[in-house]
Amino acid sequence: MTLTTRSAAELATALQQGETTSVECTTAFLDRIEATNPTINAFLSIDRDGALAKAASVDAARAQGKSLGPLAGLPVAVKDVLCTTDQKTTCASKMLKTFEPPYDADVVRRLREADAVILGKTNMDEFAMGGSNENSAYGLVRNPWDTDRAPGGSSGGSAAAVAADMAPLAIGSDTGGSIRQPAGLCGITGLKPTYGRVSRRGLIAFSSSLDQIGPMARSAKECAMLLQTIAGHDSGDSTSINTPVPDYLTDLEKPLQGLRIGRVAAHFSEGLDPEVAEHVEQTFATYEAAGATIHEVELPHAAYGVPTYYLIAPSEASSNLARYDGAHYGHRWDGTPSDDQGINTFDSPLVEMYCRSRAEGFGPEVKRRIMLGTYALSAGYYDAYYAKALRVRRLIRNDFTQAFEKVDLIGGPVSATPAFKLGEKTDDPIAMYLVDLYTVGANLAGIGGISFPCGFTQSKLPIGFQLQGPALSEPLLLQAAHQYQQTTDWHLQRTTAISS
Amino acid sequence: MPAQDNAEPTLTREDVVKVAMLARLALSDAELSSLTDELSQIVGLVSQLSELNTDDVEPLAHPLDSQNVFREDNPAPSLKTADALRCAPRHDGECFLVPAVLGESGSA
Amino acid sequence: MTAESKHPFTTVIGLEVHVQLQTQTKLFCGCVTTFGSPPNTQVCPTCLGLPGSLPVMNRRAFDLSLRAALALNCKIASFTKWDRKNYFYPDLPKGYQISQFDLPFSYEGYLEVVDTKGAFEPRTVRIIRVHLEEDAGKSMHDETAGTADSRIDLNRTGTPLCEIVTEPDLRSPEEARAWLNELKLLLVYLGVSDCNMQEGSLRVDANVNLHIPQPDGRLAKTPIVEIKNMNSFRSVERALVYETERQWGEWQDTGAEIGSMPKQTRGWDDSAGVTRGQRHKEESSDYRYFPEPDLVPVTVSEEQVAAVRSTMGEPPALLRKTLAERWDIPAYDADVLVNQGPELVEYFEDLAKKVGEGKVASNWMQQDVLRMLNERGGHIADFPVQPTAVADIIGRVKKGDFDTGRGKEIFAAVLETGKPVDEVVAGMGIAAVDEDDLQKLCEELIAENPKIVADVKGGKEQAAGGLIGQAKRKNPNVNPGKVRALALELIRALP
Repeated sequence: MTLTTRSAAELATALQQGETTSVECTTAFLDRIEATNPTINAFLSIDRDGALAKAASVDAARAQGKSLGPLAGLPVAVKDVLCTTDQKTTCASKMLKTFEPPYDADVVRRLREADAVILGKTNMDEFAMGGSNENSAYGLVRNPWDTDRAPGGSSGGSAAAVAADMAPLAIGSDTGGSIRQPAGLCGITGLKPTYGRVSRRGLIAFSSSLDQIGPMARSAKECAMLLQTIAGHDSGDSTSINTPVPDYLTDLEKPLQGLRIGRVAAHFSEGLDPEVAEHVEQTFATYEAAGATIHEVELPHAAYGVPTYYLIAPSEASSNLARYDGAHYGHRWDGTPSDDQGINTFDSPLVEMYCRSRAEGFGPEVKRRIMLGTYALSAGYYDAYYAKALRVRRLIRNDFTQAFEKVDLIGGPVSATPAFKLGEKTDDPIAMYLVDLYTVGANLAGIGGISFPCGFTQSKLPIGFQLQGPALSEPLLLQAAHQYQQTTDWHLQRTTAISS
Repeated sequence: MPAQDNAEPTLTREDVVKVAMLARLALSDAELSSLTDELSQIVGLVSQLSELNTDDVEPLAHPLDSQNVFREDNPAPSLKTADALRCAPRHDGECFLVPAVLGESGSA
Repeated sequence: MTAESKHPFTTVIGLEVHVQLQTQTKLFCGCVTTFGSPPNTQVCPTCLGLPGSLPVMNRRAFDLSLRAALALNCKIASFTKWDRKNYFYPDLPKGYQISQFDLPFSYEGYLEVVDTKGAFEPRTVRIIRVHLEEDAGKSMHDETAGTADSRIDLNRTGTPLCEIVTEPDLRSPEEARAWLNELKLLLVYLGVSDCNMQEGSLRVDANVNLHIPQPDGRLAKTPIVEIKNMNSFRSVERALVYETERQWGEWQDTGAEIGSMPKQTRGWDDSAGVTRGQRHKEESSDYRYFPEPDLVPVTVSEEQVAAVRSTMGEPPALLRKTLAERWDIPAYDADVLVNQGPELVEYFEDLAKKVGEGKVASNWMQQDVLRMLNERGGHIADFPVQPTAVADIIGRVKKGDFDTGRGKEIFAAVLETGKPVDEVVAGMGIAAVDEDDLQKLCEELIAENPKIVADVKGGKEQAAGGLIGQAKRKNPNVNPGKVRALALELIRALP
């Protein structure tokens, strides 16, 4: 078995037992990246030298018997939405094309301290806005299962990297489904932790009350490995949860007794692809056969999730992205007059600089959301839009709270369809927004969700299953996914659509 | 104009021009047209929320119910000026440089 | 004479004051807030608004603002939150200011100002709200350099500010100035801020208009003008005086009333002594406020409020009364002392305790310590003469070693030379005059002054006072009281 097709857990054992070195491992993945990235475009930047240097230092330390971090020598890909001091951080935007942060994100610091080897920064929808990774300023990402299809988004690069064996572990971010949905479309496992479980310091903000960073890997066990390192309180993030981090790996192996899983009938509406529906129902049956009980639950306001999300997220984004104005960092208009024939009038050269810098730096989806958010917050509209959305948000959270009185977890689809064709939804923003249908609820309520493969379509496209749990139920989510992965092998399937 | 009771909420081109200035975005003629359409559609989507009666529902701004998170008033190291200015499009070694600013802080 | 008495209108003034809190570090990060540092040396990812940066609230800043609000008799909200005020400006790197919009942490307070000289009636100014927000940076534009660029220094970004907004309760420029002085004194006493306008730790904008009674009984009101760019309390007064006259003139010319035009902003030009209209900004007021998602709300309990109160110490208004009672000094004296600030009051109380007589100590404070302090400049904390030394001098005067006048000379010399009192006294050749010398001296004086002797003998004892000056010229160390007493004795003994 080549190194790149081994799971992170297997690699960790192999490294500990001296069967391989981190340099060997890292080289294998870097070579794989070099071979496949031209097609897949999962990586925006690859830090060959830095990765090999870290790998070498870990190998040396191991040889000297020094104590090592829990991810010692394991290669990790990091979504380019997290600040790294040794690599540019672009958020897949022209606005940050040359941005070199003077500080590491808290998650990046933890990865380094755990002695992980950071291979590079992965592609994404620009500023995390999108569901297909077609909004990147540096080219779209292709789904390793079918390169004419999208990998999902916005963590499309991280999902594709894992699915294509370019990295055994990856970090993504999830604001409305951006870890879970691409994990589903790429046949891997991805977890959005409870809001506040992982520090957002150094995460370039899209929507501050919704964003969370999370692990993406081939299995729940590997997600647990990563989560163990990145979770925890950070006094530099006021929204960081200050409760102890459980031992996710130990909890993983505990037998599940009497698990009650909720099923939402409304999930199975017309829009749900029949093959997806079939595999999702099969998954429920698998859990039942393993001793779980399935209960019908309702999330009465779930249909309002997408409109609520598409008010809150763009509103917060319009404010979070105001700092990109060409003044202190990022792209600045070079002063070349443009031929917009007097459409735009500016009060001063400063205002013109702002307007043109931002026009040049941002892609169309980002502009759309900034405009929407600005409108929703503007005088006369605030109550009807933003404030209204905050109230509906509470209703959505209440739905989950009530449902979790009856069940431990809620199961269902993560995406209405398997991976869609590239270009299929790019002309219809609303169609694109609806890909978040099953995932926005968890972000709005602040709860955790995990998505993992539960089958394939006839045309060999992965189908994902999502479990959602109450706040801080990561141990149960991982356990439940892990148990499923003990008796099924969907998560072990690998694409043959790309050659090495 | 705020949504009327019966009419579909829709944005005019003038609305979009105003919002673009608030958002400091220069838009081409084509963009103005397409954004007027797209935003009108999206506003139609999000206006579905008006179907719900939320009179007795408090807004939920933070998903966590936490409060009172503070730090102590202890100095921490600042960045070196060079690092602070490193990514600045224009600077003079001491300050950021921007096109002329008139007056004290206020909108520009 | 106030504008009120010259013209048939009422001047209506409200103030918006921003004070920088006296914390070590900024509101949301650990950068220090030292004034006058080289540009961009007190910045970090948070206050620079770098991508991915997050704010964390400074506990001391919140406590100091609670203190300020309590001192201003405000109600404290049991639940408060922060909001983003969104606008684009180069001194605001995030593109928004973290401030408070609809749920400020305090509201509905008041502060009274009294003029001991009676120039105006005691005025209670109601305070609408006090809230906590972050400061912006500085933009510097060198007109003469001719370049198109402005220079941005972000050292000040993120400094904690309390914004204090009053109702338009002030009725004259003089009152406004006095109220500001009282506010400053209060906040200095509480250790909330040093309120130094030169260093920008206190900034004021004023809103002013006129209420003009009409013949038909209606009250006409001129449009409200906001005045900015006043750099001292004196400027505030001058600007308000100018603006009052200007509005009166404009009213007579145009009769324009409030509501006929949007609120105007005018900048004060101190050297020219005028206010000038500023560029009218159309959409400047759409700040799109929404709750700050990166900060969680703050709750304040009754216990906390009580705890803050207990650390507060006495505000000036109360301290004036306390001092007067405690040391048995007139209200005027207490006022002068308190108005100099807490360090000077501390000095005074130390001195009064050592001297044992409040009024004596107060006199020395006003006539000597304060006078010297004003002449030399500087702060009482750095004043080279300690209360112990002053008390020593006063004690020797009481004992009769020398008279008060001499005592003041000694004080000045101690201040000048930095030497201890003993050394200075010795150096001035001050020594107690012994009885024999005194006797001899008085006999000489009597021999030299037959007229005075005759006057005294004739019943005018006070004529003996004429001998004092001469006695001092012969020997500066003589105690005038003793000279007079002995001279009179000797004269009476004469046939």
